Amino acid sequence: MADVSLDNVFKTFGKTEVIHGISCDIQDGEFIVILGPSGCGKSTLLRMIAGLETITKGDVSIDGTVVNRLEPADRDVAMVFQNYALYPHMTVFKNMAYGLKIRKMPKAEIKRRVEDAARILEITEFLDRKPKQLSGGQRQRVAMGRCIVREPKIFLFDEPLSNLDAKLRVQMRLEIRKLQETLKITSIYVTHDQVEAMTLGDRMIVMDNGYAAQIGTPLDVYERPATRFVAGFIGSPAMNFLTAVVSADGRQVHLHRDISLTLQNGGLPGHGGQKIIMGVRPEHFVLGQAADAMLHLDLDHVEILGSDTLAYGHLGQDKTQVTLRLPSVYHFKKNTVLHLDIPSKNLHFFNTDTGQRIEMQA
Amino acid sequence: MVEHRPWLTFLTHAILIFGMLLLVIPIYVTFVASSHSLDEITAHFSLLPGTQLVENYTSALSVGPRDVGATVGTMMLNSLIMALGITLGKIFISLLAAYAIVYFKFRFRMFFFWLIFITLMLPVEVRILPTYKVAADLKILDSYPGLILPLIASATATFLFRQFFMTVPDELCEAVKIDGGGPIRFFFDILLPMSRTSIAALFVILFIYGWNQYLWPLLITTDESYYTLLIGIKRMLDVGEGQAEWQIIMASTILAMIPPILIVIFMQKQFVKGMTETEK
Ligand SMILES: Nc1ncnc2c1ncn2[C@@H]1O[C@H](COP(=O)(O)OP(=O)(O)OP(=O)(O)O)[C@@H](O)[C@H]1O
Ligand SMILES: [Mg+2]
Repeated sequence: MADVSLDNVFKTFGKTEVIHGISCDIQDGEFIVILGPSGCGKSTLLRMIAGLETITKGDVSIDGTVVNRLEPADRDVAMVFQNYALYPHMTVFKNMAYGLKIRKMPKAEIKRRVEDAARILEITEFLDRKPKQLSGGQRQRVAMGRCIVREPKIFLFDEPLSNLDAKLRVQMRLEIRKLQETLKITSIYVTHDQVEAMTLGDRMIVMDNGYAAQIGTPLDVYERPATRFVAGFIGSPAMNFLTAVVSADGRQVHLHRDISLTLQNGGLPGHGGQKIIMGVRPEHFVLGQAADAMLHLDLDHVEILGSDTLAYGHLGQDKTQVTLRLPSVYHFKKNTVLHLDIPSKNLHFFNTDTGQRIEMQA
Repeated sequence: MVEHRPWLTFLTHAILIFGMLLLVIPIYVTFVASSHSLDEITAHFSLLPGTQLVENYTSALSVGPRDVGATVGTMMLNSLIMALGITLGKIFISLLAAYAIVYFKFRFRMFFFWLIFITLMLPVEVRILPTYKVAADLKILDSYPGLILPLIASATATFLFRQFFMTVPDELCEAVKIDGGGPIRFFFDILLPMSRTSIAALFVILFIYGWNQYLWPLLITTDESYYTLLIGIKRMLDVGEGQAEWQIIMASTILAMIPPILIVIFMQKQFVKGMTETEK
């Protein structure tokens, strides 16, 4: 168990910089998820912590010691690879025992640890099999087992579930979380799946093109996304973005000449007259009355999912596309008009140019 | 594609049987000749096995042919040492070379790879004079190292192992690093066992190649005790005006075929696996 600290870490491949200075302090026993779209540098960051990539600039420390120049073995980390990287010619037992054997642990202790791990992961019956004779999910467990037996300071996961089918993914996700809670080993988990990130992490680092766009608890990231990128990336269906202009006194936003919303609380007093981006999550619209509703949506298309209903439509003269999600089932007809309200606390505002979040005054 | 045309079946079988006879008859004649006495062979040779089988083989193995100065037994041993030396040496060296080229970053890496690759196009015969000079200067003429070392580098095997290593996922190497092992462990614990079937396939090919070496041993051996069997057979034929000992020559020929056949028989399963399957 250990705390990990990233201090302004950079990574350059040849001439291209792919990680542009990331800092984060990870507590002992914490489960951190690194989330971001493909190619944003998640794996690179993880591999720098593991010691598989050199660190161009900045420091990675484990337990207060800078480990930049240490080999992976000396950092005492264990890693689950996306394709599991099991040794194909070794049995499951030997796969799990290999790291311990290298560390010259006594045979009896190796056996005890492997058998314990196998019991926890329910793979005891496969110990004599080769990886080729296992299903994807079983291989995934073996890869986890190989990490558990080492009792390392840190677990590193690089998209460990992405090769599994949807149902198994949900099951393994729960098991990984349960396991981490029992073992209390500091874990860093890379994924591009936001559901995994929301459910697994104590905190998450949302990465955008080599920058850490936001570091925070899942709820934090969902409720107060720090940038427009984070807002659009977290949540499914994605957040709706509408361009708006703040009224001179900051108490209203105008979506079009014909639509104005009155903000509760203090509004946006510092931004009077500015053009901004307003974000609304699909699930935050509420159906209102024709007379006093804020918005009137022309319905294009409806999807009934059973548990809830997705409705797609457009707003106003410039036909901005909007998605909304309503709990339970609604049988809307096409081309009707929905009257919608949005609680003011569920509005998000972002700077048009920088994409940074703009807070409403309390 | 399944076709039921009797004449086609007949034709294909006829061609195959004809081809088989073409290959088998000379060997059969050799075998029959090795079971007759010299008189019988030269005077009235019949295609049925004779009675001298045991005498001929014992004489070849223990007494040896006239004028050659070494028994067939010695020559077989020499051939075996040379073939095994070349085979194991080639496999060892090319494994190491391929490992270096695939897994280590060093200056001029690609240059060295292409250098090795280009030597693929140079058969032994082309470089035989310079090689002879080097061997002579090193004073390894008439010795086992002389028979083995100059033939030990193998661009083909290096290339094959390189291709195989490149299909091994990088993550395996990284997994070993994380598990705490270095390059030597990765090589011996992971790469070598994974290459097992390719090594077996190469072993068969290279052993036959080594066993059948002719020109090089012929050049560098003058001492009879280092003769290999193939040279011995050649010498037995060089009798000038005299009468060649055909019964001994034929027995030696049959003996020369046995080790490669045994290797193929015993390693057939691994050989086929190595040529067709990759373990990953
Ligand atoms: N060895 C390398 N040499 C050069 N560029 C690299 C190398 N490894 C990664 N990159 C680049 O760095 C960027 C980040 O790659 P990385 O593998 O970290 O992305 P990722 O977030 O893990 O993506 P994915 O979700 O697809 O795995 C990519 O643009 C990639 O092209
Ligand atoms: Mg990745």
